[in-house]
Amino acid sequence: MANNTSFESPDLYGIDDLLSPEHKVVRASMRDFVNREIIPVIEDYAQRAEFPTFMPRKFGEIGAFGPTLPADYGGGELDAISYGLMMQEIERGDSGMRSCVSVQSSLVMWPIFTYGSEEQKRHYLPKLAKGEMMGCFGLTEPNQGSDPAGMQTRFVEKRDHFVLNGSKLWITNGPIADLAVVWAKNEQGRIRGLLVERGMEGFSTPEIHHKWSLRASSTGELVFQEVRVPKENLLPGSDGLRSPLACLDQARYGIAWGAVGAAMDCYASALRYALERRQFGRPIASFQLVQKKLAEMATEITKAQLLCWRLGVLKNEGRATTAQISLAKRNNVEMALNIAREARQIHGAMGITGDYPIMRHLMNLESVITYEGTHDIHLLILGSDITGIPAFK
Amino acid sequence: MKILVCVTSVPDTTTKISFTDNNTKLNRAGVQYITGPYDDYALSRAVELKEQHGGTVTVLNVGEADTEPVIRKCLAIGADDAIRVNADPTDAFFVAEQIAAIARENAYDLILMGRESIDYNGGQVHGIVGEMLGLPSISPVMKLDIEGSKARITREIEGGKDELEATLPLVLGCQEPIAEWKIPNMRGIMSARTKPLKVVEPAGNDTLTKVAGYELPPPRGAVRMIPAEEAETLISLLRTEAKVL
Ligand SMILES: Cc1cc2nc3c(=O)[nH]c(=O)nc-3n(C[C@H](O)[C@H](O)[C@H](O)COP(=O)(O)OP(=O)(O)OC[C@H]3O[C@@H](n4cnc5c(N)ncnc54)[C@H](O)[C@@H]3O)c2cc1C
Repeated sequence: MANNTSFESPDLYGIDDLLSPEHKVVRASMRDFVNREIIPVIEDYAQRAEFPTFMPRKFGEIGAFGPTLPADYGGGELDAISYGLMMQEIERGDSGMRSCVSVQSSLVMWPIFTYGSEEQKRHYLPKLAKGEMMGCFGLTEPNQGSDPAGMQTRFVEKRDHFVLNGSKLWITNGPIADLAVVWAKNEQGRIRGLLVERGMEGFSTPEIHHKWSLRASSTGELVFQEVRVPKENLLPGSDGLRSPLACLDQARYGIAWGAVGAAMDCYASALRYALERRQFGRPIASFQLVQKKLAEMATEITKAQLLCWRLGVLKNEGRATTAQISLAKRNNVEMALNIAREARQIHGAMGITGDYPIMRHLMNLESVITYEGTHDIHLLILGSDITGIPAFK
Repeated sequence: MKILVCVTSVPDTTTKISFTDNNTKLNRAGVQYITGPYDDYALSRAVELKEQHGGTVTVLNVGEADTEPVIRKCLAIGADDAIRVNADPTDAFFVAEQIAAIARENAYDLILMGRESIDYNGGQVHGIVGEMLGLPSISPVMKLDIEGSKARITREIEGGKDELEATLPLVLGCQEPIAEWKIPNMRGIMSARTKPLKVVEPAGNDTLTKVAGYELPPPRGAVRMIPAEEAETLISLLRTEAKVL
């Protein structure tokens, strides 16, 4: 059959009626793309713990990188809901693939677009949009995770350049990146963004091996030893911790949608399996305990869909706050992880194999619940917003 | 070259079908619609021919307002403009009449569509359109090349292939592998926003069929596995239960 749309997203609340025709086209196109390019190969790459190196070009061709940016810079001028639906579809395929896209779009292209000079934008964005150039985002350090304000990576001014020293850890796309958006302190202790390019002397990107999660995503370390960074590689508009945190808001917004995709895939697989698998002479879907699991999954997905949709509307209006984004990221990732666990049980022993996507989603989501602000840190962000008292400073 | 591609908006292949109104209407609640898969092939080939030879691709859909996502997708894939005839397309003759009416107003070199829609699977529209316009109609076309005013066509026939040559204009019902079906990219979706979509009211209302009622096929029975060494059991079941021997 021409259209390989062998997936229909659950829509128990007629949420599709809230989407525009353009939103539906975006979703349908990404769904076809994911069905054609990601789902047939991803299990193998994940099993081998290998990043599919051909994927960036494919993402570039379909327009997954920087889809909300102006067309002048290679973007697609789509709105926040379209962007969210794209993340949902890609993460239905694999959280590692969604991570690759989130980093490139929200953590590399977005800061260059927002804090970069016109020259930097013209130079980098079109190549990043096409996937000819890959980027990564270096904030976390070996000693600074949830508390990035204490970062140790520093740069000092030397005549016409800066000298950068330090390291970043757990960096998605690091080993494959041509460009790193690096957050470091200047001599005054102020956090600024620097564009560090592969090939600069003293810059290396060792890969992190033996991950049980996001195995098809490339994760590494960024090491800076006396790296000479030209002064024009400073992001002029970046100033203070606020700048990287604003990038994280963009990425977390996408994760809130993405998690729904992973949950939908687990739910769809569990529902199909429950209807086909027979025990005690009946489909296991006929047992109340299995129905309870499925009904709860459908309920949680519906609530998460509504959160995403409303957050998308707020974002389109320029009103989405950090606390609102934290709420959605936190809720939806936990929801997806719970659904993955329940779905695994419904699949019985089959659920632990790579013949079904469940274990891969389950293990992937263990990263998603930790990165971009841990599950508990998002509680503290919300708590601070509600009480006016930050508990983490 | 001016190409018209007629597309249907049909329930996704995974849709669970149910009926309303005393089994005379499809229950559309929760149904996700897609471009007819064979129409997708026709459109993909049209876009390729336009890239090779220049010209325009117009998409035509007979359908109500809810088919707009399907039309927008066709524009995003590379059609230049679109026409929607505002009517519910349940009858092949009626749909053909609408297509013929649009075709008479515009001198298209090629009128492409899928070999059949995958909702009613009638496979009649291209034939009727050809007859109404006095043009040759050929289906199912699996290969199409254009040289000047000639079309080289490969058509599937029972147990083989038919190589044809015909002079434009033509009406063709298409199927795979005429082209690889295309997924629109995000920039295409953006540029589709400004492409014209004209809505026109139907010409005439001659439906030749009326739906008396729909019925679902009986549910598939469960599979019974019989070990290879028990061939006699199989024979006796085929006799006594399946009653096919
Ligand atoms: C696969 C993967 C990819 C990643 N990609 C990137 C990337 O591309 N770029 C990047 O910069 N980073 C990346 N990260 C890093 C990620 O953002 C951090 O792991 C995360 O911020 C948590 O930091 P940490 O691991 O150092 O944990 P810690 O901060 O050490 O936290 C450990 C535990 O302590 C809890 N905790 C910490 N502080 C408090 C507090 N005040 N109150 C209560 N509990 C607290 C946390 O919730 C957590 O449970 C990635 C991580 C992973 C796993």
